Amino acid sequence: MSLRTDLGRVRGLGSAKDGTAHWWSQRVTAVALIPLSLWFIYSAVTLVGIDRAGFKVWLNAPGSILLMSLFVIALFYHMQLGLQVVVEDYVHNERNKIFLLVLNKLVAVFFAVSSIIAIIKVAFGG
Amino acid sequence: MVEFNLPKNSRVVKGQTHKAPDGATNIKKFKVYRYDPDQDKNPQLDTYEVDMDSCGPMVLDALIKIKNEMDPTLTFRRSCREGVCGSCAMNVDGTNTLACTKDLAEIKGDAAIYPLPHMPVIKDLVPDLSTPYAQYTSIQPWVKADTPAPGTERLQSPEDREKLDGLWECVLCFCCSTSCPSYWWNGDRYLGPAILLQAYRWIVDSRDERTGERLDDLEDPFKLYRCHTIMNCTNTCPKSLNPGLAIAETKKLMVERM
Repeated sequence: MSLRTDLGRVRGLGSAKDGTAHWWSQRVTAVALIPLSLWFIYSAVTLVGIDRAGFKVWLNAPGSILLMSLFVIALFYHMQLGLQVVVEDYVHNERNKIFLLVLNKLVAVFFAVSSIIAIIKVAFGG
Repeated sequence: MVEFNLPKNSRVVKGQTHKAPDGATNIKKFKVYRYDPDQDKNPQLDTYEVDMDSCGPMVLDALIKIKNEMDPTLTFRRSCREGVCGSCAMNVDGTNTLACTKDLAEIKGDAAIYPLPHMPVIKDLVPDLSTPYAQYTSIQPWVKADTPAPGTERLQSPEDREKLDGLWECVLCFCCSTSCPSYWWNGDRYLGPAILLQAYRWIVDSRDERTGERLDDLEDPFKLYRCHTIMNCTNTCPKSLNPGLAIAETKKLMVERM
């Protein structure tokens, strides 16, 4: 039981003075992903059946390697921002929430870095 | 986690049926949520058969008729009966609205009447609104100015006054906030559409001199950014206001000052 007033409870710890950058980044990455996703799908369809050597030639073109890198960075950044909102919305147990928020960030970084390494290895590897 | 099922003691069970008086031919059934805190029982859904030939046109007319003629224990808030006090906000036919301005003719079949969703219930159709009231206090809903008060009114141009249209009409009935899933899940920290519309009403008031401070207080992942533009607020508002737009304008101001 708490005898705290409603106003004291509602004011709580005050404003975090944060959240705008997160909200804005989510929108910017969403807009960026529209052309990047269309390009990625178009490329994937046109590359169906190509062998590894042919794919390497395609990926080595400056446009391809740049757009491919931008696509995976925007994708995993956007995924992390979005999943963070889902966790904050629905997970109310403080310990679980912090665990999932940290896990979400680490997994997103892991996927993004893995993808970049893969792109570099395929483009420049033997 | 979010609870998708009501706790055992909140599940609504079948209640009593109150028959229409003999000879009534034009009958409409009202299924009304009943909860009595003094009895150790689950909430129940009572059915009232109302003689529509001797009933006024609005949902509130039917509720008052039920209370006067059929069951004096039915409890609900009401005052102005013309949509300006916001007291009789409740969930009618699946949508939050004011009982006094909701036309009975718009309801096909039986009329289902529940209290505003996801608030603690005090009794029957009376929800506990202490939290949204405290949230309203927390945004300091008055003009804050440091310039000494002039001997006359603080003046405002007609153009600046126009910016308050669509905001000042809010009667704080909380139909919008209690229709918002974000407010259901995080109402302890998220301010909800009603309070955010009110906050914006003071942010755009040309006479207020603490706009930045007001934005500071709102800039928070929970207080403001739990709004995911679901737009239930705007769909349900019985005064046809647009809290979703007020929140979007507030977010735009946040980006403008980044």
